[in-house]
Amino acid sequence: MTILEITGLNKSFGGLQAVQDVGFGVEEHRIKAVIGPNGAGKTTLFNLISGTLPLDSGSVVFRGEEIQGMEPYRIAGRGLARTYQNIKLFPGMTALENVMVGRHTRSRAGFVAGMLNLPGTRGEEKRIREKSLEFLELLEIGHLADIEAGSLAFGQQRAVEFARALAAEPAMLLLDEPAAGLNMNETAEVGRLISKIRDLGITVLLVEHDMSLVMDISDEIVVLSFGQKIAEDLPAAIQQNREVIRIYLGDENA
Amino acid sequence: MKQFLPLAGLAVLLVCVQLLTQWTGTTYYLTQLTMSAYYSVVIIGLCLLMGYAGQISLGHAGFFAIGGYMSAMLTTRNLITFQDQDWMVLLDKIGFLAARQDLYGEAILSFQPWAAAIIAVGLAGVIAFIIGIPVLKLKGHYLAMATLGFGIIVFRVFLASEIFGEADGISEVPGFTLLPGVTVTGSFGARVSNYYIAWTLVVVAMVMLINLINSRVGRALRAIHGAEEAANATGIDTAGYKLKTFVLSAVMAAVAGVFLTHYNGGIGPSEAGVMKSVRYVALVAVGGMANIWGALSMGVILNFLSLRGFFGSYDDAVFGAILIVIMLFAPEGLLRLNLVAKFKKMFSGGSRK
Repeated sequence: MTILEITGLNKSFGGLQAVQDVGFGVEEHRIKAVIGPNGAGKTTLFNLISGTLPLDSGSVVFRGEEIQGMEPYRIAGRGLARTYQNIKLFPGMTALENVMVGRHTRSRAGFVAGMLNLPGTRGEEKRIREKSLEFLELLEIGHLADIEAGSLAFGQQRAVEFARALAAEPAMLLLDEPAAGLNMNETAEVGRLISKIRDLGITVLLVEHDMSLVMDISDEIVVLSFGQKIAEDLPAAIQQNREVIRIYLGDENA
Repeated sequence: MKQFLPLAGLAVLLVCVQLLTQWTGTTYYLTQLTMSAYYSVVIIGLCLLMGYAGQISLGHAGFFAIGGYMSAMLTTRNLITFQDQDWMVLLDKIGFLAARQDLYGEAILSFQPWAAAIIAVGLAGVIAFIIGIPVLKLKGHYLAMATLGFGIIVFRVFLASEIFGEADGISEVPGFTLLPGVTVTGSFGARVSNYYIAWTLVVVAMVMLINLINSRVGRALRAIHGAEEAANATGIDTAGYKLKTFVLSAVMAAVAGVFLTHYNGGIGPSEAGVMKSVRYVALVAVGGMANIWGALSMGVILNFLSLRGFFGSYDDAVFGAILIVIMLFAPEGLLRLNLVAKFKKMFSGGSRK
C-alpha cells in the first residue's frame, strides 16, 4: 500500500526552479532514499512534504489525505515525523526533555490542565516520561537522559533527534542526511538503526549522500538532479543507470 | 512536590516579615510590600512569556492599566441617572450593580467590584487575543517594537479620555470585597489583611505557573523558544501556544492592575506608561529570564526599594541602567552571575553573544 504519494511538485526560489514536477510514491514499511548531487533539491523536497516550505503547485497525499498547505504541526499530528540535516534539538533542555517534547502529539494536557496539575495530568506526564525513556533506551542512550542535549557529542545529538522523532510513534519518518558528519562506524550504526526503525513498522524516506549506506539499506531509490526526477528504481538498477552515473561522475566516464 | 518547597519557605518568610514589622513598629513597610506583591504578579506572568516562550512584550503596563482603569471606571462611574433604563434593570437583576454613598452623602449606583473585575480582566484578555494574532507573527526587535506601539497607544488613550480622568486618572475607587470580611482596600486598619491578600494571590499565581512550566505545555514553550521550526514540526501549534501564553500573561497583568487599583483607591496614567513596561522587562531580565523565582525575588526587592523612594528622582533611570548592565554583564540574570569571568571576558577583547 502507498503511504505517501507526491504528484507534480513544483517550487521555485526567485528564478531558481528548486523542485520541478517531481512525483513518486512510497510504499508502506519500506525504506526509500532520495539521492542526488548537491543542490538537486532534496532538502527542499523534504521541506515541501513536511510543510516547512509552502509549495508552488502539486499535491502531497499522506495516508489518503492531501496534506499540502497544512501547517507542519498538523502534518506531524497525522503521523509524519522528521529529522534535520543540521540537527535541531531544543537547547537548554535535557536529552530526555527533548524526547518528551516528541510525545507532544501523543498527549493532550493543555494550559488549564497544566496549571492545575490534575491527577489525570500527572498520570499522563508519568507515561510521557516512561515512554520517552524507552525511546532513549531503544537508541542506547538511556544513560544520557539527564544531560543537556546541546552539550552532547554530535553522534549522540543525532541519536536524541532520532529518539525525539520516534517518540511520536509516527507512521512515517523523514530523515534528512542522517549520516552527515558521522564517521564510518557511526554511519554503519545509523544504517542498522534505520533498518530497525523499518522493522518497527515505520516507513522511512531519507535523503542521503553516503552511497554505501543508501545502497545497503534502501528498498527503492529516487534520483534528483537540478530539481527533476531522473530515475526511480531498485538500488541494483540505479547503480547501473547510465544517466545516474553520468550526473555523479561526469560525462567522460559514461 | 519538590518544586513547592520554596513556596512553603516563602510562606514562612512572609509571616516572619509581617511579625517583624509588628514587633518593630514598622508596619508601614507592609504597604510597599503589598504593592510590590501585585507588581510581581505582572512580572512572573511576563517571565512565562519572555523567559519560557521567548516572546518579548514591551506593552505589559498597557494590560495592567486596562485592568486597573476599567475596574476603576466601572466601580466609580455614577450610573444613577440611567437607573430606569432596561439595560440597567437587567444589570441590577444579575447582581452587577452596587448602590452606595460617596463621602458627601450623594447616592452612587455603579458596578459591583466583582463584576467590574471580570469585565476588566476579560477585556484585557480579549484585547491581548486580538493584538496577539498579528503581532506574535513578528520576532525579536519587531515584536518588541509592535508591543511598544501597543503600550504607547494604551497610555495615550487613558491620558486623553475624559471618562478615564485624563492626566488625573481615577480616584476614590471603593474597596473590593473578595469574601465577607476580606476586602482589598488601602484603609489604615486593613494593612495586615491586605498584605496577606496580595501575597496569597502571588502564591496562587506561582503555584499555577510552576505547574504549567513543569507540564507538557511548559516543555512545548521552551521548545518554541529554543527552535521554533523544529517545535512546529514536532507537532506543537507554535502560533497557538504563543498566543495563549501572551493572553495568559496579559490576564495576569490585568488581575494585578485590578487588585492594586482597589488597594490604592485609584489609578493614574503613569501606570500605563512605557517606562513601566520597560521596568517589567528589566525585572524579568534581572531575575534571569527563564527563572520564575528570580523574577519574583528581584521584582519584589527592586519594586520595594523603588516604592520606598530609594532611587529618588532617578527611579526610571535606575531601571533603564539595570537593563543595560544586565544585558552586558549577566544576560542569564543576577542569580547566575559569574562576575569575575564576565569581567575577564569583557576586557579580553573577545566578542560576546
